[in-house]
Amino acid sequence: MKNGDDMIEIKNVSKWYGDFKVLDDCSAVVSKGEVVVVCGPSGSGKSTLMKTVNGLEPVQQGEIRVADTVVTDRKTRLTALRSRVGMVFQHFELFPHLNVLDNLVLAQTKVLKRPLAEARERAMLLLRRVDMEAFSEKFPGNLSGGQQQRVAVARSLAMDPMVMLFDEPTSALDPEMVGEVLEVMMQLAREGMTMIVVTHEMGFARKVSNRVIFMDRGRIVEDCPKDDFFERRDERSERARDFLDKILQH
Amino acid sequence: MNYAFEWGTILRAWPYLMQGLQTTLLLLVVGVVLGIALGTVLAICRMFGPRPLAALTTGYVNLFRSIPLILTIFWFYIMMPGVMRVLTGDPNLTVGPIYAALAALVLAEAAYFCEIVRAGIGSVRSGQMQACLSLGLTRWQALTNVILPQAFRNMTPSLLNQTIALLKDTSLVYVISMNDFLGAAVRIGQRDGRVVEVFIFVAVVYFVVCSAGTWLAGWLQKRLNPGKA
Repeated sequence: MKNGDDMIEIKNVSKWYGDFKVLDDCSAVVSKGEVVVVCGPSGSGKSTLMKTVNGLEPVQQGEIRVADTVVTDRKTRLTALRSRVGMVFQHFELFPHLNVLDNLVLAQTKVLKRPLAEARERAMLLLRRVDMEAFSEKFPGNLSGGQQQRVAVARSLAMDPMVMLFDEPTSALDPEMVGEVLEVMMQLAREGMTMIVVTHEMGFARKVSNRVIFMDRGRIVEDCPKDDFFERRDERSERARDFLDKILQH
Repeated sequence: MNYAFEWGTILRAWPYLMQGLQTTLLLLVVGVVLGIALGTVLAICRMFGPRPLAALTTGYVNLFRSIPLILTIFWFYIMMPGVMRVLTGDPNLTVGPIYAALAALVLAEAAYFCEIVRAGIGSVRSGQMQACLSLGLTRWQALTNVILPQAFRNMTPSLLNQTIALLKDTSLVYVISMNDFLGAAVRIGQRDGRVVEVFIFVAVVYFVVCSAGTWLAGWLQKRLNPGKA
C-alpha cells in the first residue's frame, strides 16, 4: 500500500464532537508535488479534515500518515511532524507582539534550534521571496491583510516544510489583496510544493490544482482531477453540481 | 464650623508615618509580585493542567474569593504560628504579624490575579495557539513566547486596578495591630487629638500614590504596544 510518491495518506478517518459526526469515514491520498483543493459548503468539515493532517484536530477513528510519520499513532512526537508541515490560517495569526523578522525567527530558533544569525538570514531570504523584505522591522498591526498573509506564508516556509496546508487563506482579505496572496501560492505550486488548499477561489482551483476534493456533511463526496470536476459537470454528484452552480453563478 | 487646623502633628510624626508607609509598600509590592506569579501559575494549571489539578485550582480560587480578606488575614495571624510549629517541630517558634499578613495577602491576591490572568489568556485569539503548535512549538513554548506576552499586555489595566485595590486593602492589617500607613496615622491622630488633619493627609497620600500608579500603567501600556498607535 505504501507508495514512494505518497506524501499524505488519510485512511477511513472519522471524528465526532460529542454526538455530532464532523468527519465521516474520509479517505484520500495526496502525492508528492500535488496541489489538492478542498471545497464544500461551510460546516462540511473541510478545515477540520485538513487540521487532522498535522494533528491539530485529533481523530477518534482511522489512520493518517505524512511521509513516514503516522500522525494518529499516540507515540508520534507531533512537534517534530508539525515543524515540517506548514500551515497558513484564514486570519494570518502572525504574532502581534513581534516584528515581521522575529515572527519568522521564533520557531526556527526554538524548534529547529537554528543559530540566530542563520535563522535571520533564512527569514530575510523568504521575505524577499514573498516581496516583503522591506517590512522586516514592521509589526503585523501595521501591515495590510495581504501583506500579513504573505508574511505568514514565509513564516511557514522558513521551517522548510515538506507539505503546506492552507486554511481559507484569502477569505478574510479585501478583494484587491486576494491576487497577491494567490500569486505567492501559485509560485509555490510551480516550485513543486505539496499543497492542500481549503478555498472558495475556484479560479485558483482551475488554474493551479491537480485535484479537487468536494466535501459535504463530513464526507468526501468527490475526489477527482480538476478538469473532471469543472468540465464534466454531468458526471458529478447532485450536491457538487448544486455547490458549483451557486459558487460559479456570480 | 470653626475648626482650627493644626498640621504640625503630621510634621512631628513624619518619621513614624513614613515607617508605616514603608510597611504598606512592602505589603503591596510583595503581594503584587508574588500574587501575580502565583496567580499566573494557578491560571495555567486551571486552563491547561490535567483535570484534577484544574479542579483543585478552581476550588482554591473560589475559596479565597469567597472569604473576606479581613478574615483571611485574621486566620493566618491566629493559625500560622500553630501550623508552622507543627511543620517545623519547633514548639517555641513565633511568626511575626508581618509574615502572617504577607502570607494572607499573597495567597488571597493570587486567587484574584488568577482570574485576571485567565481572562487575559482567554483574550488572546485561539488561533495564536494553533499557529504556534502548527510551527512545532510545544504548548509551554507557545505560552511563554506568544500567549502570555500578549495576555499581559491586554490585562495591564485589570492588573493595575487590582494593584490599586490591594494598596487600599493592605490597610486591613490593622486587625492584627500592624503599623501600616493607615494604622500609624490613626495612632498619631488619636494620641494628639488631630484625627481630622491626619485623615486628610492619609487620603491625599493614598490618592497621589494611586494616581501615580494609574499614570504609570498608561505609560507602560503605550510602551508595551509598539505598532498600535
